[in-house]
Amino acid sequence: MQAVKTTELVKQYKNLTAVDKLCFEIEKGELFSLLGVNGAGKTTTIKMLTCLTKPSGGDAYVGGYSITKEPEQVKKLIGVSPQETAVAPNLSVKENLELICGIHGFSKEKTKAKIRELSEQISLDQVLERRAGKLSGGWQRRVSIVMALISEPEILFLDEPTLGLDVLARYELWEVIRSLKGKITIVLTTHYMEEAEALSDRIGIMKNGRLLAVGTVEELNQRTGMDHFEKTFVSLVKEGE
Amino acid sequence: MRMMTFAKRCAKELLRDPINVAFGLGFPVVLLYLLSAIQANIPASLYEIDTLTPGITVFALAFMTLFSATLIAKDRESAFLQRLYTTPLTGIDFIMGYMLPILPMAFVQIAICYLAAIPLGLTVSSHILFAIVGILPIAVFNIALGLLCGSLLGVKQVGGICGALLTNLSAWFSGVWFDLNLVGGTFKKAANVLPFVHAAEMEKALFSGDIETAASHLLPIVLYAILISVAAVYCFLRQMKRQ
Repeated sequence: MQAVKTTELVKQYKNLTAVDKLCFEIEKGELFSLLGVNGAGKTTTIKMLTCLTKPSGGDAYVGGYSITKEPEQVKKLIGVSPQETAVAPNLSVKENLELICGIHGFSKEKTKAKIRELSEQISLDQVLERRAGKLSGGWQRRVSIVMALISEPEILFLDEPTLGLDVLARYELWEVIRSLKGKITIVLTTHYMEEAEALSDRIGIMKNGRLLAVGTVEELNQRTGMDHFEKTFVSLVKEGE
Repeated sequence: MRMMTFAKRCAKELLRDPINVAFGLGFPVVLLYLLSAIQANIPASLYEIDTLTPGITVFALAFMTLFSATLIAKDRESAFLQRLYTTPLTGIDFIMGYMLPILPMAFVQIAICYLAAIPLGLTVSSHILFAIVGILPIAVFNIALGLLCGSLLGVKQVGGICGALLTNLSAWFSGVWFDLNLVGGTFKKAANVLPFVHAAEMEKALFSGDIETAASHLLPIVLYAILISVAAVYCFLRQMKRQ
């Protein structure tokens, strides 16, 4: 079953076409990465799929609901971790999580249970009572992902989840993302080739708002005849020029 | 429920900022004591405590504008609001969530001002309660103005416009620091067009139990409160759609 399906999705800003007739499908439970250099249209695509930005043309279906006609239904199914840190800085980590639970209408008992469950799963215990704004960048990203997860989304959107993090923090966050694989559908954007390669079931390569190729790492390598994904990526992007 | 959850979060963000507490609660009381000390050393009747205190309470509300504007501008500049736009929270949840927690803060601030003025010789009567309750339309105007500024401006601009310009405008045009008749002319006319002098006069009248005079100043304040609230809601929803 498809978790996400886009049909000729377009986003136009005056003279710039940020996303150009994008068509792809993501299966339920899949981890799908949108990979591309800066300005490829990855974040704009995520913004449209999460109902933050209205498309200029086409449509997309998230969990079977249209992003243009049924955004309220879409919002009930998704969790989003934006590119920048998205935590309430003067609230503790626990209060940030309680806030999201409250917004999704969870009972007190369910809120407690979800916080306990996720703190154990993502090892948040040590920072639960600390102010979110005082945490390191890596911890804030981790909290940000948990905030997106706590509403029990069917589809999780992670926009550049490891951008600006040091190597150790990045590897730790990869482990968190790996632990979620198969449990929910994940749509991830990144411009790190090794990140897409290490985490994804399938990868969509974007450039100038267009989708150049979609497939597993092996399929993409086969298509270009390269033995290394980095070379594959460069070859596909140059081919698309 | 969703709205109250968000309102609770906004209250925590505001109250945990020590600058908010110091300026919102402390600064008006400091001013009250400072101007009373000046009054004690001058022969003219410029800052009598019974007229100064209601004026200070109105001036103090300008800080509520600054707080609400800063909170919204900060949320807009971080990705936090963007995250919340992808949740089932609606536009009205956001607007009420930002405005509701500041109202009780405004009442507490006003009550503290009146309590602090008692040792300085403020006449204690039941009229103080009228003055506290009567602050509602003025508080709504100030908080809505914060929502409007926060929806249109960045954090730095909010600091300049709400923190410096608006607090000065509200002080100069309210007639709290000096009698507007002393300046007269265009300045006085401009002051009468703006809501600040009406707010200060209404609060003074309520404190002295002169309901008739208070009522005569109510209309411009209510009109400004409605106008600014409508503009604030429009601008907030517009920036929300533009995300």
